[in-house]
Amino acid sequence: MPDQLIFGMEVFLNGLMAGVLYALVALGFVLIYKASGIFNYAQGVMALFAALTLVGIMEGQVPFSHLINAIFGTEVHHFGWHVPALAAILLTMVVMVALAWVVNVLIFKHLVNQEPIILFMATIGLAYFLEGFGDMMWGSDIKTMDVGLPQGINEVIDTTTAGWFGYGFFIDNLDIVATVIAAALVFTLIVFAQYTKQGRAMRAVADDHQAALSVGISLNFIWVMVWSLAGFVALVAGIMWGTKSGVQFSLSLIALKALPVLMLGGFTSIPGAIVGGLLIGVGEKLFEFAIGAPYLGGATEIWFAYVLALIFLVFRPQGLFGEKIIERV
Amino acid sequence: MLDQTEGYTTEDGRKIGGVVMEMKNITLRFGGVVAIQDISFDVREGEIRAIIGPNGAGKSSMLNVISGFYNPQEGEVWYKGEKRPQMKPYQVAQQGIARTFQNIALFEGMSVLDNVMTGRIRQMKSGLLAQSLWKGKAEREEVENRAFVERIIDFLEIQHIRKTPVGRLPYGLKKRVELARALAAEPSILLLDEPMAGMNVEEKEDMSRFVLDVNDEFGTTIVLIEHDMGVVMDLSDRVVVMDYGKKIGDGTPDEVRSNQAVIDAYLGVAHD
Repeated sequence: MPDQLIFGMEVFLNGLMAGVLYALVALGFVLIYKASGIFNYAQGVMALFAALTLVGIMEGQVPFSHLINAIFGTEVHHFGWHVPALAAILLTMVVMVALAWVVNVLIFKHLVNQEPIILFMATIGLAYFLEGFGDMMWGSDIKTMDVGLPQGINEVIDTTTAGWFGYGFFIDNLDIVATVIAAALVFTLIVFAQYTKQGRAMRAVADDHQAALSVGISLNFIWVMVWSLAGFVALVAGIMWGTKSGVQFSLSLIALKALPVLMLGGFTSIPGAIVGGLLIGVGEKLFEFAIGAPYLGGATEIWFAYVLALIFLVFRPQGLFGEKIIERV
Repeated sequence: MLDQTEGYTTEDGRKIGGVVMEMKNITLRFGGVVAIQDISFDVREGEIRAIIGPNGAGKSSMLNVISGFYNPQEGEVWYKGEKRPQMKPYQVAQQGIARTFQNIALFEGMSVLDNVMTGRIRQMKSGLLAQSLWKGKAEREEVENRAFVERIIDFLEIQHIRKTPVGRLPYGLKKRVELARALAAEPSILLLDEPMAGMNVEEKEDMSRFVLDVNDEFGTTIVLIEHDMGVVMDLSDRVVVMDYGKKIGDGTPDEVRSNQAVIDAYLGVAHD
């Protein structure tokens, strides 16, 4: 087998794994968009905030320590204990649910029946607030996250492929774990939405507020639930990205990568978010490998996704799986 | 005058029970506009109670007051012998008052079956966690409720479209699906806002038959609003007539038909 093809296969697999992480972030967007019609710009920052909180709790960091020290002239930074990863994840989830509740009560409850663009602006405000709030609460230094997920080269794949092709593939264990977790998450979400009372109520609210009220669904409850779900997805994405590249504020920018994913997959489709994520992950890696690096001087990964999205906007604006846009006259 | 507790027997031999809901001196204003002015009436268990009146008489507003979408400035709503505090629409629904809408409010993206299942939300008690884990009680509950919903679907003769997304259905069938969803809640009072509006003669006959069958089979108390005088007179046991937000008549169809104020409101009368 020619070397180029074998390299190409490795690139393809790595692209698939990267795509899973894109899909995870995009999934958070789709969830909120489907249930409330809000395009949540803050999804990426929520992932960052979840990751910050998780590390903070695990390390026993004192929240708002800079603020406390500045006001009271004290020197507290750490409680001096370490919380096990699983307990810390559960505590972080509690924080994310609380955040969902506060966001609903303070902001979105008051914006019922407003134009989508107003809701969108509100989420931009939320994004900047949350970024600053996370900074104030946990500090802005880059943190490493280690919740015990396996990392480094997968030996089994390395030796097997070496046996087959005479060249071992480099696949990160973390990427494999991320793929498995993402698949489980998506499966759970789909079952939840399709077959449970709350899932059905969620779809009902997304479809028609008045009708939902008339069958006895509390809009506020559903909204808090949806934002909590988005918080949960953000937490999972935050853990994956945080473990991969450290918890830093540029994490919030991965939200921007989710935009082209959504344009490919369609804003209303959960399978679309996954396929879109995978396509962009694979697409940008393969493009860089086959065309970008040899002919264009490299670094095409930065813009490839956006150009692809642009092409989609021209030829298929509803995305691969989005609902067809039909205007009745 | 009818007795408060005992009820009466209709001409076709149906037993009508005591008062289940009573509206007392309801007044509803939108800014300076008085939509409902000091209206009182009662609804008895098992009867078909109609509210009629010309366009803009305030019929839909009255239905919205009953279902909690509007809160009247004055007056009281009594339900099952208790004064009802101010409530949100979803709380009213959870008390067992189901409704349909004049302009149809269905979940267009969901299948007929899913739409009707949402009507069962009140009956499904298991919590978020149990539902997510989908085990034991939650699963049994889903199966039981599904069985009930299938019965309703059979009853209203919409089996052939069970899996169809509601958005693709024609108007007449949508109306029927909406009725199915309301019925799935096993309501103690069913509110129908112009169930026959925009239908052709055949569809109207079907719908009338369903309304009567529902009342007969499940003993459901029905409050309905309707434009078509002929339909109302055939269907209902007692009729409230509204005009310009006021009550101008209340009684059996025969009494209402011979009421001079009602005739004037419908046929017009010369004002000097």
